[in-house]
Amino acid sequence: MNTESHNDPSARQRWMSVLAKADPARLAALMPDLPTLEPLRPPEVGAVMVRGRVGATGAPFNLGEMTVTRCSVRLADGTVGHGYVQGRDKTHALRAAAVDALMQTDQAAQLRVAVLDHLTAEADARWALRAAKAAATKVDFFTMVRGEDA
Amino acid sequence: MYVAVKGGERAIDNAHAWLAEERRGDPSVAELGVAQIRAQLALAVNRVMAEGSLYDPDLAALAIKQARGDLIEAVFLIRAYRTTLPRLGASNPVDTGAMAVDRRVSATFKDLPGGQILGPTFDYTHRLLDFKLMAEGEVPAAETAPAQTGPVPHVTGFLNRDGLIEPAAASDATPPDLTREPMELPADRALRLQAITRGDEGFVLSMAYSTQRGYGRTHAFVGELRIGRVAVEMDIPELGFAIEIGEVEVTECETVNQFKGSKTEPPQFTRGYGLVFGQSERKAIAMSLVDRALRWKELGEDDTGAPAQDEEFVLMHCDNIQATGFLEHIKLPHYVDFQSELELVRRLRAEAMAGQEMAGQEAAE
Amino acid sequence: MTGNALGGGFSNPPEQSARAFRAVLEAVSRPGTIWAVEGAAPPAPLSVAAGTVLLTLADGTTPVHLAGGADCQPVRDWITFHIGAPLVDARQAMFALGRWPDLLPLERFHPGDPDYPDRAATLIILTEDLANAGAKLTGPGIAQAAHLSLPDITAFQRNAAQFPLGLDFIFTAGDRVAAMLRSTKVEDAPCM
Repeated sequence: MNTESHNDPSARQRWMSVLAKADPARLAALMPDLPTLEPLRPPEVGAVMVRGRVGATGAPFNLGEMTVTRCSVRLADGTVGHGYVQGRDKTHALRAAAVDALMQTDQAAQLRVAVLDHLTAEADARWALRAAKAAATKVDFFTMVRGEDA
Repeated sequence: MYVAVKGGERAIDNAHAWLAEERRGDPSVAELGVAQIRAQLALAVNRVMAEGSLYDPDLAALAIKQARGDLIEAVFLIRAYRTTLPRLGASNPVDTGAMAVDRRVSATFKDLPGGQILGPTFDYTHRLLDFKLMAEGEVPAAETAPAQTGPVPHVTGFLNRDGLIEPAAASDATPPDLTREPMELPADRALRLQAITRGDEGFVLSMAYSTQRGYGRTHAFVGELRIGRVAVEMDIPELGFAIEIGEVEVTECETVNQFKGSKTEPPQFTRGYGLVFGQSERKAIAMSLVDRALRWKELGEDDTGAPAQDEEFVLMHCDNIQATGFLEHIKLPHYVDFQSELELVRRLRAEAMAGQEMAGQEAAE
Repeated sequence: MTGNALGGGFSNPPEQSARAFRAVLEAVSRPGTIWAVEGAAPPAPLSVAAGTVLLTLADGTTPVHLAGGADCQPVRDWITFHIGAPLVDARQAMFALGRWPDLLPLERFHPGDPDYPDRAATLIILTEDLANAGAKLTGPGIAQAAHLSLPDITAFQRNAAQFPLGLDFIFTAGDRVAAMLRSTKVEDAPCM
C-alpha cells in the first residue's frame, strides 16, 4: 500500500531531511541504479548562510556558511524531485532528487523499505550512541559540608 | 623615480616545487591523509571552519594539509574557496535549545535540569604529556549510560522566568551580512556577533581576558556552555516549506553578568552571547565576554576607554585574514616606495649636515 | 509550482553562464554594440536573451522587479526556481525587466547612493528588434560614435545627467543583447 503522499509536506520533509544528512556512499550502496530522468537544474555546489539567534532566542545573526549541493530532476512520467544535501557531492544531490521524485510515485513503499528505513535507523543509532556516551559523563554531585553549616 | 622590474618566474616555480616537497616531508614517513586530519585533528578543523566561516570538515582538513598546519593560511584558503560558491540561500536560525548535546555545563547552577554533562573535555586532565600516544594502540570504547531524550532547556530561561535577567526579544529581522555589504559602524549586535564568530581566536581571547583584568570589566559567569549538533533548516521556494538540509556542530556560551543597573535599566543580570562552529569552547566563551563588553552603550554603562568597549577597535582588527593580508604585504616588493624613501632620507641628511656646517661657521665667527 | 516553470535553465551552468557573461561584459564595455547570447529557454514574454541575462547576472541576493506583461506567474515561478531572486517593487529592485513603456517612469528605480553609485538598478528591456541605427551614442567605450535603435532619447539624457548616479540599461531582442550605461551620451542622430 502506498502510504506516502506528496500532498503531505511533513512526510516529504522527513524523507528529504534523511537524504540531506545521509552518507553519500551509503546512499549509493542502498540505491546503486538511478531511474531515467531529465535534469531540470543540474547538481550545483553552493553555500547556505547558517543563522543563529542573539542570546539563543533573540534576533537572527549570520553565523557562517555551510556547503550544500542541490539538484532537481523530472522522471519520465513528469514527477519532479528536488535534492538539497549537505556537502559537495553532486551524485549525492542527484540521487536525493531521484529518491524524492520516486517517493511521490507508486514505488514509494518499496523505496522506503529498501533505502529510507535503513538510513533512518542508522542515523538514529549514531545519535543514540553519542547521547549514551554523553550521559556517561553526567556529573552526580555529593554535597559534602556546606560552609554555613560548619 | 619609477623602477619597473620583471622576472623571478623561474625562482617562483622552483620555490613552489620545494614547498610541495617540504610539505610532504620525509618520504620514509607515511603521508598524512585528509581523513586522518579530519578525524584526529578535529579541533584544528573546527577552528579553520569557524574562522574560515564555512562549515565543511573535509575542506578544512584539506586546507590544513595544504597549509602545512599553518591554521591562518588554512583559513585563508577556505575564505578564498567560499567566494567561489553561489549563495543558495540563508537558513532559518538554528534552535540551540533542541541541540543534541555532547557537553553542557553551568558555572552558576549546580542542579540544572538535564544535568551537568562533561562530554569529551580536556578540563580535568592533568596537562601531563601522555607518552603512550607516541605509540600506536587501540583505544578502549567510551562508557555509555542510558540517555535522556527531549530538549535541554537553556539556563537563562529559568532566570528569565523570574525577571532576574534581561530578556532576548525574538525577532525575524533579516540580519546584516558583512560578507555581502561592507561593514558600517556603528554596528548592531547581530553584525558584531557575525564579525566576532569568524574573528581570530587569539584576538578574541585576548580582548575577553582584558575585560577580566579590569579593562571594561563585566563580571561574567558562564551561565551555560553547550556543545553539540543542531539541525539546519531552510525554506525551499520551489517546495513552499522548509526542510533540514544538514546538521552542524556548534559551541554556545551564555554568560550571566552582574549588573547593578544604570540610568536606563533596572538592576538585573545581563547576558553575553557566543556561538561558534565546531567544538570551539575557548572561542565561544571569549566571544560572549567581548559581546557583553561591547554592549556598554545599549545598557547605559560608562565608557571606560577600554579596548574591548571600542567597537571600531574590536571589529576592524578581529579578522585574521584582513590582518595577515595587510601585515604580510609589507614583505613583498616595495622597491618604488622605498626608492623615494631613500631619496627623502638622503636629502634630509644633506640639509641637516649643511645646517650644522653653517651653524659651526657662525659659531667660529 | 508546475513542472513547466522548472525547465529552460542552463543545462551546463558553469560554461553557459561564463559565455553569456562574456557577451554581456562586451556589450556594456562597448555601449551600442550588439552581441548574441544563448542557453536559456524562459517562459513568454521573456526572450532567450532576457532569460540568459537574468540567469547570468541575477541571484538570490539581487532583488528583481517585473513590469507589465513580464509580471506573470510562469515568469515568477521560473525566476524563483532557477535564480532564487526575490521579486520586489520598483524602488527595491537591482534588476528590472519589462517592455520600455511598462518600465516608465524611470524615476521609480534606485539610481544608487553617492557613497555607493554601484547600488543603482539595471533595467533589462524587452524589445522587438535591435539595430545599429537611430540615436547617436558617445562616451566611454565608444571610439567615435555608435548608433542604436533606442525607444527614447530624453529619458536617457535625463538619466545620464545624474552621473555618477543613474540607471544602466541592457536591451534584449530574441537572442541579441546591447547595453547603454549612465556614462553614455545620447543624441538624436542627424539625418544621414
